[in-house]
Amino acid sequence: MPLSPQILQECPSQTAGPYVHIGCIPQAAGLECIYGGRHLGSEMINSKTKGTRIFIVGKIYDGTGTPIKDGIIEIWQADAQGLFCSPEEKRGKSDPNFRGWGRQPTDRITGAFQFETIKPGQVPYMNMDQLQAPYLAIWVAARGINLGLHTRMYFPDEGDANAKDPLLNRLEHQNRVHTLIAKPLDEGKYQFDIVLQGNNETVFFDV
Amino acid sequence: MSKSPPQGGFFPRNFKTHPPALTPAYKSSVARSPKLALISIGNGLSETTGPVFGHEELGPTDNDLIANYSAEGKSPIGERIIVYGKLRDERGKGIEGVLIEVWQANSAGRYRHPNDKYIGPLDPNFGGCGRTITGQDGYYEFRTIKPGPYPWPNGINDWRPSHIHFSLFGSGFAQRLITQMYFEGDPLIKICPIVNTIPDQKSIALLIARMDMANTIPMDARAYEFNIALRGRRSTFFENRPEGN
Ligand SMILES: [Fe+3]
Repeated sequence: MPLSPQILQECPSQTAGPYVHIGCIPQAAGLECIYGGRHLGSEMINSKTKGTRIFIVGKIYDGTGTPIKDGIIEIWQADAQGLFCSPEEKRGKSDPNFRGWGRQPTDRITGAFQFETIKPGQVPYMNMDQLQAPYLAIWVAARGINLGLHTRMYFPDEGDANAKDPLLNRLEHQNRVHTLIAKPLDEGKYQFDIVLQGNNETVFFDV
Repeated sequence: MSKSPPQGGFFPRNFKTHPPALTPAYKSSVARSPKLALISIGNGLSETTGPVFGHEELGPTDNDLIANYSAEGKSPIGERIIVYGKLRDERGKGIEGVLIEVWQANSAGRYRHPNDKYIGPLDPNFGGCGRTITGQDGYYEFRTIKPGPYPWPNGINDWRPSHIHFSLFGSGFAQRLITQMYFEGDPLIKICPIVNTIPDQKSIALLIARMDMANTIPMDARAYEFNIALRGRRSTFFENRPEGN
């Protein structure tokens, strides 16, 4: 009898390489017309999506402080009610006008990425009886990144919820929590920079 | 009600399978690798759920790289191939209805990308990207042109073996994975600094597609089989669940 139900091994990861935009965000590589112009993940919301509109800008910095210009960044988040648009979501039906997933390039010239989405509702923590502060799950891939990196963005205007958040409280190095919290810009606008290495290295997760 | 136990979080990732973040022989990793340890948080709702894509969002030639960029009546230059396989989880269960995206160089080893300055020519009839949604048992297929090897700035004389980049979604965001597929028998695999970021030969072998003469379309295209596994899911026996479960 095998000791584990695992009969296959997960495929090893390989870097996304310098041309990941061709495959994932072809319009960012100049292939605007491919797929009849229907690009997945470019727009997260429409006029019927429920919730507070938010705008996020940022850059991803390497260990020398240089913004990376050939990466992709993906958001996966709950809707305004805190529900995920997924068959694995058993708590209720999420907003039909919100997939909760978006994908953007880091700009080929400036390195900046931007998202327009809605502020997510609160989602329960692992044991299901405690709510987490609102957050976006984030995944980053690029040349030089051998295995895609998971992190999270929390909101600077959720001081109380962040202070009580079970995951943020679990982190041993409380002096790194700030790397997970966006900076406020104008109303509804946030800046979230990701630092791959060095001083203020962003907290990345093994999920 | 289904008799199988409800699905839970994913099996923890086996990091011995994956390249470590810092692999100095692949120079781009040096400044782009986190130095501090990943914080293990396991799977919550945002990891066990993941985005869903519908067949209606894709076009009929999206998985046909021979057709999806070429002019009417034209074909890209190169070896015509079919790449097919099954996307499964570590329990061997096919993952149905999930998005696979691919991208690759043309037969001369050149990408249709403004940053690719390789001397190999662009092919006016080849875009180099495709996508599909897995069918029953996780089955998928693409038709394409075998990508050429290409030199790249790393060491003074480093060449990538022929490869196709794969971006994979599972049923949960924790399964998200990008990898590359190589071709059986390619002598460049052994000496590629990117392939060799993977620590062991057994894991590397998982990325090498097998030439499948039985499924080759006579007088048209050779077939390559590439099966892919993503993380498996635990069953959730006796765990606290939200109301309604
Ligand atoms: Fe490549």
